[in-house]
Amino acid sequence: MAQLIKVNPTRMELSKLKKRLKTAQRGHKLLKDKRDELVKQFLELVRKNRELRTEVEMKLKLSHEAFAGVSAVMSPQALEEALIFPKQSVVLEPSEKNIMSVDVPVFNYKMQGSHSDIFSYGFAFTSSELDDAVQGLSDVLSQLVELAETEKSVMLLASEIEKTRRRVNALEHVLIPNLQYTIKNIIMKLDENERGNTTRLMKVKDMVLNQNSRY
Amino acid sequence: MKKIACIGDKDSVLCFMAIGCSVFIAESAEEAAKILRKFASDESYPIIFLVEKYYNAMPGVISDYSERPLPAIISLPGASGSEGSGLANIKALVEKAIGADITFNN
Repeated sequence: MAQLIKVNPTRMELSKLKKRLKTAQRGHKLLKDKRDELVKQFLELVRKNRELRTEVEMKLKLSHEAFAGVSAVMSPQALEEALIFPKQSVVLEPSEKNIMSVDVPVFNYKMQGSHSDIFSYGFAFTSSELDDAVQGLSDVLSQLVELAETEKSVMLLASEIEKTRRRVNALEHVLIPNLQYTIKNIIMKLDENERGNTTRLMKVKDMVLNQNSRY
Repeated sequence: MKKIACIGDKDSVLCFMAIGCSVFIAESAEEAAKILRKFASDESYPIIFLVEKYYNAMPGVISDYSERPLPAIISLPGASGSEGSGLANIKALVEKAIGADITFNN
């Protein structure tokens, strides 16, 4: 139910309220468009995110299994020793992209160190399973970074959509009906005053005529 | 120099060392939360991979950073296998944004 906004029923307030209503309606339309476009972009990203995640989880499972195999044949100390000084390191260059006024991160990455040889250990004391496991994992890396980018974007977009939806609903179901109801009320009150004024004038005119006709 | 951080139990994250991520070993969710807070506030790690079981154990800490563009805190399945919570999280996000999951009917 629309509620009356507490203002004086004057012409001044009426025109102010009318202006507010116009702004609210325009804002509502814009926000609605924004929400629709956000949802469109969001759904695209979600689909991509879901595909990526399924794929990445599958590949990670494989490489975890491979590592489990490695740790079965190598001692934990030797395994740690083999991995502790990686030959390459990932350097991220984060930047930002704007999707419908939401800043989402974009990650570019570079590998530092040797490109041809990713293995940080000599082959003498390690098993060949380790080579496969490391190779497999380094193949997932680009997808991992992409997954991070998409998933973060999805999170940010989701909260932005939620906010926008709340605003749209607040405008549509609270502010705009209240404004319309108040405007209607003020117009009715002003009209009532107008009618009261007219009848009073007619009364006075009658009284004056009566007085004049006596002479 | 910005890098990728991996936080998790030893079995799950040791392998990430090999591909050049910075690895932090945490044996409990509290420890992981402590490390996470330390690195999330300074911006040297834009991407933080967190093992799934720890990710699910600290929704409060995660939500503190979910509104900011950086860092991206992403859950990954650990050595013990995926619990399916990664996909469940996506589903929850869609439900939060749209009200119902309309993308799962594939």
